[in-house]
Amino acid sequence: MSSTHTHDAAHGHDQHDDHHGPMKGLKRWFYATNHKDIGSMYLIFSLVMFLTGGLMAMFIRAELLAPGTQVLDPGTFNQMTTMHALIMVFGAVMPAFTGLANWMIPLQVGAPDMALPRMNNFSFWLLPFAFGMLLLTMLVPGGAPAGGWTLYPPLVLQTGDAFPMAVFAVHLMGASSIMGAINVIVTIMNMRAPGMTLLKMPLFVWTWLITAYLLIAVMPVLAGAVTMLLTDHYFGTSFFNAAGGGDPVMFQHIFWFFGHPEVYIMILPAFGVVSEIIPTFSRKPLFGYDAMVYATASIAFLSFIVWAHHMFTTGMPLVGEMFFMLSTMLIAIPTGVKVFNWTATMWKGSLSFETPMLFALSFLFLFTIGGFSGLMLAIAPADFQYHDTYFVVAHFHYVLVPGAIFSIMAAVYYWLPKWTGHMYNEKLGKLHFWLSTIFVNMLFFPQHFLGLAGMPRRIPDYSTQFADWNFISSIGGFAFGLSQLLFVYNIISCARGGVKASDKVWDGAAPHGLEWTVSSPAPYHSFETPPEVK
Amino acid sequence: MQMSKFLKPLVSAVGALSASLLATPAFADWGLNMTEGVTELSKQAYSLHMLILWICVAIGIAVFGAMIYSIIKFRHSKGAVPDTTLLHSTKVEIIWTTIPIIILVAMAIPAAKALVKIEDTRGSDLTIKVTGYQWKWQYEYLDQNVSFFSTLSRDSNAARQLDSGADVYQVPNYLLSVDNPLVVPVGKKVRVLLTAADVIHAWWVPALGMKKDAIPGFVNELWFRADEVGTFRGQCAELCGRDHGFMPIVVDVKSQADYDAWLKGQQPVAVAPAEAAPVTEAPAQAAAQPATA
Repeated sequence: MSSTHTHDAAHGHDQHDDHHGPMKGLKRWFYATNHKDIGSMYLIFSLVMFLTGGLMAMFIRAELLAPGTQVLDPGTFNQMTTMHALIMVFGAVMPAFTGLANWMIPLQVGAPDMALPRMNNFSFWLLPFAFGMLLLTMLVPGGAPAGGWTLYPPLVLQTGDAFPMAVFAVHLMGASSIMGAINVIVTIMNMRAPGMTLLKMPLFVWTWLITAYLLIAVMPVLAGAVTMLLTDHYFGTSFFNAAGGGDPVMFQHIFWFFGHPEVYIMILPAFGVVSEIIPTFSRKPLFGYDAMVYATASIAFLSFIVWAHHMFTTGMPLVGEMFFMLSTMLIAIPTGVKVFNWTATMWKGSLSFETPMLFALSFLFLFTIGGFSGLMLAIAPADFQYHDTYFVVAHFHYVLVPGAIFSIMAAVYYWLPKWTGHMYNEKLGKLHFWLSTIFVNMLFFPQHFLGLAGMPRRIPDYSTQFADWNFISSIGGFAFGLSQLLFVYNIISCARGGVKASDKVWDGAAPHGLEWTVSSPAPYHSFETPPEVK
Repeated sequence: MQMSKFLKPLVSAVGALSASLLATPAFADWGLNMTEGVTELSKQAYSLHMLILWICVAIGIAVFGAMIYSIIKFRHSKGAVPDTTLLHSTKVEIIWTTIPIIILVAMAIPAAKALVKIEDTRGSDLTIKVTGYQWKWQYEYLDQNVSFFSTLSRDSNAARQLDSGADVYQVPNYLLSVDNPLVVPVGKKVRVLLTAADVIHAWWVPALGMKKDAIPGFVNELWFRADEVGTFRGQCAELCGRDHGFMPIVVDVKSQADYDAWLKGQQPVAVAPAEAAPVTEAPAQAAAQPATA
């Protein structure tokens, strides 16, 4: 279609007015400016990274299956844990949410596309290069970064040739995230359909708006921190070197000033997804919409004043420990409000259990468990025992895997028919759900016990008293990993064909929002004339 | 060729797995919870841990109960009709904001008291300086002219090598034993000064109830007073490079008399008047460095 137009067009004719379909072949992807194409690329990229990081996790669990060293030498083990975390955080979870934002925000606010399509293209295409470079570090002398994803000096400065590559990769990821965030904010602020006031926006849009501000606030902080590492390493500065008047703990403060909001960057959009899905399949509007918005904003604010709870053992003064303990405990209140509101949404509803709802419910239960262990970790005197043990590993995997990642899976099942125009295989989806939920608990719940029994995190081998639960955890890990292949298969087969989805997709339920007013699959330019919102 | 490279670790993993399954009954240790430990601080951490755990369990029963009730009771398939007017309720929202605040305040008070106690290192009976190295610990008994290194015991170190073929279940205290343990007297307040020579480490013995980072260029402190005689084991708790998992901590708590005798045995026979007397009687393997004043 477009090619005939371009052939007819006079030289120098710009493409925008007469260009109503995707370009042909690879050009469509390299030159993509369409929010759906870019959204799809983000989601596919994230899936590839999820499988890559997951494969590393399989190696980690294989080594930890039994005491003794069997699969990886200790140095390689540390590379695996470091790369697993970097890839999952920056390559799997964050791009998945950006992909969902790209696809859904224009559809949900009634806009034709994202506000800044060319920047959108750039922010996506930085990622393959960033992660290509990060993955290449496994081949350079000294191997991949092995100092943990937190990059603490002085240890991280012992990294070999991988060090500048990893730093530059982090810079690229940060630039990509910031551009993505700017695009989200500009789109939401300027391109909402007439009548859609801020407090009429879908919760997914709200949570992403707040997330985007968090990204703009903290990604430059991370970039600054890693740049200081770089100059300490190569240009003789001593930001974090005590011998030169610096302070290694200062890095930790800067890192966690980024790192704690980062935790919410990975969970606020998940709150948004769940707040879309639970009302649909409860056939009842979200309970306490305003409270949900204010709770999200409160969590975002609090995320800036709790960072040093990651550092209770660094030797902070008593007053500092008190402050960070109390501020951290405060987070339980808005988070509690959210959980109560979701529960109240289901109360007196009419529930059905399609795959997206199942994943959302699993999120609700298991994220709450992660919240409980988070509250326990906030208690500083007890944290002196929990800190840097498997209890922490269990905690953050509960909020990230059945938390963030299950919400992403819920979102994919929920909106996939809108994206592809076909229904996915519901039976397979449910099987994927049950296997994932059972094995994710088998994988991570025993890690609470290991931590409480005294097993430190990030160790490649352990004393025999930890053998039993590690064995259970590893078996759960392998089964969880294999179950994800069902997800991949289901997505591919849904993209290729299947039962035609209706415009509303969930005809039996009560989906609410502008995305259900357009055809399935959604038209290439979502809303060419803005819809009216009452 | 490629296959065998991948198969070999797999085969050895399966071998180790079957070995561990066979050995499991003898070493079954399905520990579920934190242990109380042997110091005031560890018991305090334990009781706070149990308090917050039971609070979480109670909240969990209420919240998960409501969720499960909704899932069972309000089913579309059972003909449940949604009450679409139930959009918000100021009364309920105030209740479920206030109750958590009350619980948190109730929790914060004992936690704050505990913190004050943890940070009070005054009135100690002896001070030991601990220095973390990649990958061993150095212990210096300040003003006692005693100093030595503590490294992973030889049998553990041999067994933990890749494809060592050793049955780690036959190694006593695998990965948790050292050549030279730290020795302290029972019932005495021990102040530990922590630092590191290269990267950040963290000194942690769960039964003693405290964990602090050892940071190059800085000195941290912690204290403990062991109530019982015995041997207590821990590990480095901050990623410190390749052999982070292999620098355990062993603390021997002895009676005062035994401690005094041990200390005497560690001290140089003839105390030189000047500084830098070499520790001649340091135990073998210790590679003890001269204790410098």
